Amino acid sequence: MSLLFKGRTNKNQKQKKSVLAGGYFFIINIFRQGVHSLGEMWRTPLASLMTIAVLGLSLTLPATLYLVVKNVQQVSSGFEEASEISLFVKESMSEQETQTLVKRLALYPEVEGVAFISKQEALTEFKDVSGFGQALEYLDSNPLPDVVLVTPTKRHRQPNAAKALLTKLEGEREVDFGKLDIAWLERLNALLSLLKESVITITLLLLTSVTLIIGNTIRLSIMDKKEEIQVMKLVGATNTFIHAPFLWTGIWYGVIGGLFAFICIALMMWWLSSAVSSVAGVYQTSFSLIGLTLKEFGFLVLLATSLGFVGSYLSVNRYIKEIEPDKV
Amino acid sequence: MINFQQVSKTYPGGHRALEKVNFHIKPGELAFLTGHSGAGKSTLLKLISLMERPSAGSVFINGVDLNKVNSRQIPYARRDIGIIFQNHRLLERYTVFDNVALPLIIEGTHHNQIAKRVHGALDKVGLIDKIKCHPSMLSGGEQQRVGIARAIVNSPPILLADEPTGNLDPELSMEILRLFEDFNKHGTTVLIATHDLGLVARMKYRSLTLKDGRMLQDPLAEGAL
Repeated sequence: MSLLFKGRTNKNQKQKKSVLAGGYFFIINIFRQGVHSLGEMWRTPLASLMTIAVLGLSLTLPATLYLVVKNVQQVSSGFEEASEISLFVKESMSEQETQTLVKRLALYPEVEGVAFISKQEALTEFKDVSGFGQALEYLDSNPLPDVVLVTPTKRHRQPNAAKALLTKLEGEREVDFGKLDIAWLERLNALLSLLKESVITITLLLLTSVTLIIGNTIRLSIMDKKEEIQVMKLVGATNTFIHAPFLWTGIWYGVIGGLFAFICIALMMWWLSSAVSSVAGVYQTSFSLIGLTLKEFGFLVLLATSLGFVGSYLSVNRYIKEIEPDKV
Repeated sequence: MINFQQVSKTYPGGHRALEKVNFHIKPGELAFLTGHSGAGKSTLLKLISLMERPSAGSVFINGVDLNKVNSRQIPYARRDIGIIFQNHRLLERYTVFDNVALPLIIEGTHHNQIAKRVHGALDKVGLIDKIKCHPSMLSGGEQQRVGIARAIVNSPPILLADEPTGNLDPELSMEILRLFEDFNKHGTTVLIATHDLGLVARMKYRSLTLKDGRMLQDPLAEGAL
């Protein structure tokens, strides 16, 4: 469109374009620039490959840490339930009172099963497993109490629910005290959340570095094409026209870097899977590593693409503005 | 067509490049802009091509006050002005075809039209056989003609040339100036900045002379006629 000469039409502008056709050509031109910038990267294969490798590896590390957390969670999910609550019955309770307690506990909606271990059974078991069998012979009476083992329903096996159930059960008249061994579970959960926090921190740092790497690569590319940008501005190029190839380059770095990271992760999973199977075999369990799902793969590539765009946008916005044709 | 009204330009630091310059170039006119180095020729061309803004006064092109052209509109305004540089400013990594096609690509011209018009422009400057060459493979005169082809490929109504014959021998210089004459005969307004007074004398066209930022001699200036 001519700004200074309203009536001016070039031969190439003779046909009046509709808004729709104008939009169509704009989009086609944007994609053409995308393909062109991919070609530009192809023309400097070594430099492009190195940048992509740096990005890919920077993305591989947080993605790997994420998978570590995911796999540890998978392993620990089997332990994350309080399977049993031990209730120690008061010494003063008669056998009949204890049996009434067992029957009453079985009726609790939070309770899946109840097992009774008499003090005599407990002593016999203790003699068998403790190695103090002979020493126990010298005791005048059996020091062990009757124990009721309560198995909570699935819903009440989670640490907080199990704790609440314990408090409720300890309120029973016949119960001296109860025990729920979840301290180790809490420690495991604390470690897991520490790991998650560390992963988030490292991820944020690495993603920032990815953005800066792309931004710096685009900055160098802008500086390299300074003369070209000046000439383009002189012959009437708009900012959109000048910015587009650099933004596309950033996007391509992101997309290819994301795919590179995915390939690295896939290779690593393949490499580790046999070692993990061997370890699982030693512990007589069947455990296999979980990789990235399709959704997670999509997210990884999308994230890398977004970082590529943001990095290049920051550079383009900052540096191209400064390049003005100053010499005729 | 090109109208300067009391135009002054002072650069940051206080250097006064132009002072109250007035002149008017009619549509379809060819004029020379002469003066010694530092007289303000380049600044004057920069004001027309919107590379600089006047500190005072107004520059009008086809009646449009360039002071009112905002930064977003500058690229569109520049498409109406073909600029030729002394050092050609060709892009080395592109071929002659790509260099000449640049203004058309920027305008969003269809690729069939681009090929047609680039061939036409290169034919006009006599370089059709160099279409696939890179600028470094061409002589100085050939590079200048590629620069001219790039400036005229989208048929701008105004052509500005800053020392277009600065690095060329007299024979080549005349050849280049004849090209400008040819474009001018087809209706293009041409303003050529040069310090080669011999060339100006031979061409017999209107000459505007700048000295220390002031317009010394303009035979068509108001009051001079």
